[in-house]
Amino acid sequence: MKNLVFEIISNRKIAKNTYEMVLCGDITDIKCGQFVNITVDGLYLRRPISVCDAEEGKLTLIYKVVGVGTEKMSKMEKGVQLDLLTGLGNGYDVSKAGDKPLLIGGGAGVPPMYKLCRELAAQGKKCSVILGFGSENEVFYEDEFKSLGADTYVTTVDGSYGVKGFVTDAMNMDYTYFYTCGPEPMLKAVYNKSVTSGQFSFEERMGCGFGACMGCSCKTKYGNKRICKDGPVLEKEEIIW
Amino acid sequence: MVNTKVTLCGIEIDNPVIPASGAFGYGQEFNELYDINILGSFSFKGTTREARFGNPTPRIAETASGMLNCVGLQNPGVEHVINHELPELKKIFHKPVMANVSGFSVEDYAYTCALLDKEEQVGWLEVNISCPNVHGGGMSFGTDPKNAAAVTKAVKAVTRKPVIIKLTPNVTDITEIARAVESEGADGVSLINTLSGMRINLKNKKPILSITTGGLSGPCVFPVALRCVWQVYNAVKIPIVGMGGISTSEDVIEMMLAGATAIEVGAANLIDPFASKKIIEGLPEAMAKYGINNLSDIIGGAH
Repeated sequence: MKNLVFEIISNRKIAKNTYEMVLCGDITDIKCGQFVNITVDGLYLRRPISVCDAEEGKLTLIYKVVGVGTEKMSKMEKGVQLDLLTGLGNGYDVSKAGDKPLLIGGGAGVPPMYKLCRELAAQGKKCSVILGFGSENEVFYEDEFKSLGADTYVTTVDGSYGVKGFVTDAMNMDYTYFYTCGPEPMLKAVYNKSVTSGQFSFEERMGCGFGACMGCSCKTKYGNKRICKDGPVLEKEEIIW
Repeated sequence: MVNTKVTLCGIEIDNPVIPASGAFGYGQEFNELYDINILGSFSFKGTTREARFGNPTPRIAETASGMLNCVGLQNPGVEHVINHELPELKKIFHKPVMANVSGFSVEDYAYTCALLDKEEQVGWLEVNISCPNVHGGGMSFGTDPKNAAAVTKAVKAVTRKPVIIKLTPNVTDITEIARAVESEGADGVSLINTLSGMRINLKNKKPILSITTGGLSGPCVFPVALRCVWQVYNAVKIPIVGMGGISTSEDVIEMMLAGATAIEVGAANLIDPFASKKIIEGLPEAMAKYGINNLSDIIGGAH
């Protein structure tokens, strides 16, 4: 974990209620599947946001406006400096991917798949990606994933774009391992449909984000874990629903 | 050169800054960030006789200048703390630590305190009779002077180390409880634990916290804490550890002027992991600014 100041380079709306913020700063030691915890002026608790990408001194965050914190973030302009805790959480273990990993992101769970996909693609893995959204106006980053060479499938619940239905309706390809992030009902559905081992990234209301307050604990088959410190990524075999 | 040393229940500490129980784990997470030996001491995570998972999530909510939690005393149990946490702590922390203990019966408190009393690294026992987030224990001892006295008496009977009773502000008259524990031999009191509160999620129109209510902490409670310390200072002769929303070196001075011998820092550590370090490093400058040479001279100085 590092406590650093980052500066906003850009902050733009990319889909309904969804924003992409690019910041510059020290990104060393930020791994895929980790998150940063951001101080937002006027609010007491920091806001945990998953890392979409971190490359060449730039940190990309994609966040959905869901409350007062993300609402304030959406109005921030270029040049604003933010206090971040970086390198939080365990992140994904890319060594288990096999040759044909499947990446499944739902809504605000799509962003962490991007850095993961880029790293796996760089290792020569043949990635399949399923991106799940509610409706066409919520879809983002389809082209970005395609540019990484991934077989990319988009699902929408109302069928307004791509495959009609949930991410599980597109889980029909061959894959050696999977990684997923999204709302808990989606994670559970992926858990039930999946035919290999895999890793799940969870979300929880947090106090500190670095393992001190026990605000985000969960029970696993391997004992009690803190989503912020021992997670947010858990392995399929340890999850208790 | 200013002097930040204070003596708490017979033990001299380098400075009065003690991270509070529940905000500092067993020290390991923070030692990755800075050398925790700069602290006066710290109060470790509230420990009970048996291991506890605590309450379901969500356990955290936010409010203006503060937060609510309903963790519910998650901890690995006293045996695990003695066999694993304390040996690990000994490798990184070379000062007396404050052992925070909670329980669900008078016997629980006595049992857990007796075991921790034997541990070399434990300097003080901080007995939490004020947790608002558990049923059938915790705060129910701290809201009744007879129960508070009974816990104090039982713990004092089986321990040799200084016993500090941690009090709740969720009472009509906190001085009544402070007097009750003093009369049974408490060596000090610490206050305040969190204030009972709640938030409602406007989207689903239900309470945010899993058990509806939680404990409020952060800068918003500082004036309440200060008032409680002020009142208790007038009521008892034993030393007071003041806490509740302390976030700056100036807050430390203010709390000591109200009557605190030492202070604890809770929520501030969670939003800024370097908060306690910054408070300690800022003390000499703040003391100089207000013409204070010896920090111990100002205890109760506002009375």
